[in-house]
Amino acid sequence: MNQVPATSALQPGVSGLTSDFASDQSAFKKVPWGKAMMWIFLLSDTFVFACFLISYMTARASTTVDWPNASIVFGLHVGETNVPLLLIAIMTFVLISSSGTMALAVKYGYEKNRSKTATLLVLTALLGATFVGMQAFEWTKLISEGVRPWGNPWGAPQFGAAFFMITGFHGTHVTIGVIFLIVMATKVIRGALDDQRPGFLTGRKGRYEMVETLGLYWHFVDLVWVFIFAFFYLW
Amino acid sequence: MAHDQAQQQHPLSTYLWIWGLLFVLSVLSYMVDYVGFEGLLRWSLICLFMLLKAGLIIAVFMHMMWERMAIACAILIPPGVLIVFMGLMAIESNYTLIARLRFLLN
Repeated sequence: MNQVPATSALQPGVSGLTSDFASDQSAFKKVPWGKAMMWIFLLSDTFVFACFLISYMTARASTTVDWPNASIVFGLHVGETNVPLLLIAIMTFVLISSSGTMALAVKYGYEKNRSKTATLLVLTALLGATFVGMQAFEWTKLISEGVRPWGNPWGAPQFGAAFFMITGFHGTHVTIGVIFLIVMATKVIRGALDDQRPGFLTGRKGRYEMVETLGLYWHFVDLVWVFIFAFFYLW
Repeated sequence: MAHDQAQQQHPLSTYLWIWGLLFVLSVLSYMVDYVGFEGLLRWSLICLFMLLKAGLIIAVFMHMMWERMAIACAILIPPGVLIVFMGLMAIESNYTLIARLRFLLN
């Protein structure tokens, strides 16, 4: 944790920007170092996902073959009618719901409300697991319909490669997030954050800022999905 | 809103409002596909809803609007270069497409 100086010494806005970066020891005032490091990790992850999405754009814009229509490919039959993008829409709502429960978990964590924080973390993990389950269903459906990284029945062969790479990498992020949510929920239930008990891996003292740091990761996963939903499924 | 500690504490109503707005924006972006808008209208609406959702998540759920300007600038400005990268690759893919149409499909 940073040495936090008295608030009166810190200036707001642009003058604060220059004085923070010009100051000794740490530039990021009022930010625990774990949270600053999570932000920097997320910045690097932004570049990774952007590279995937930009290479998808390049492949799609340079192919002479028609790109498969996502609206039809990802549609589901409900009774007689074919609803476009239904599964993806449900996945989007599940992930946004989990983002909301995570934000509330962070809020109740700072209020040191152990039972509410734990409940909301478990709920977030369940919604995340639901998302991964639906993604597994989607992959199974597409693979059975003949989508491969090198071809598919509907159009440009790059469709499969872009789909598996982008959603696969995102799904991996969700899975890792679910694992860490379960770990954090266990810590909260045990009271390890209230007692500042050291963690089993890093030995860092437990504190409720950890819930916010984990929350940043989880919101980022939702944020990436917003871009994937727009560029891959809707475009 | 001023905060004396390193902690981020905001009223419940703020989170619930943003949560609701994210749902509404998701429904709207889904409707773009459901209604079947095409062309420039479709792309501009998709981008508008996408940027609004991303902005709300970063600003409120990730607490960026309450952070000091130093960390906000350090995190939010670098991804700007990705716009340049995207522009370069758009030009490149356009060239590739023209070359393929000219030399491969005749």
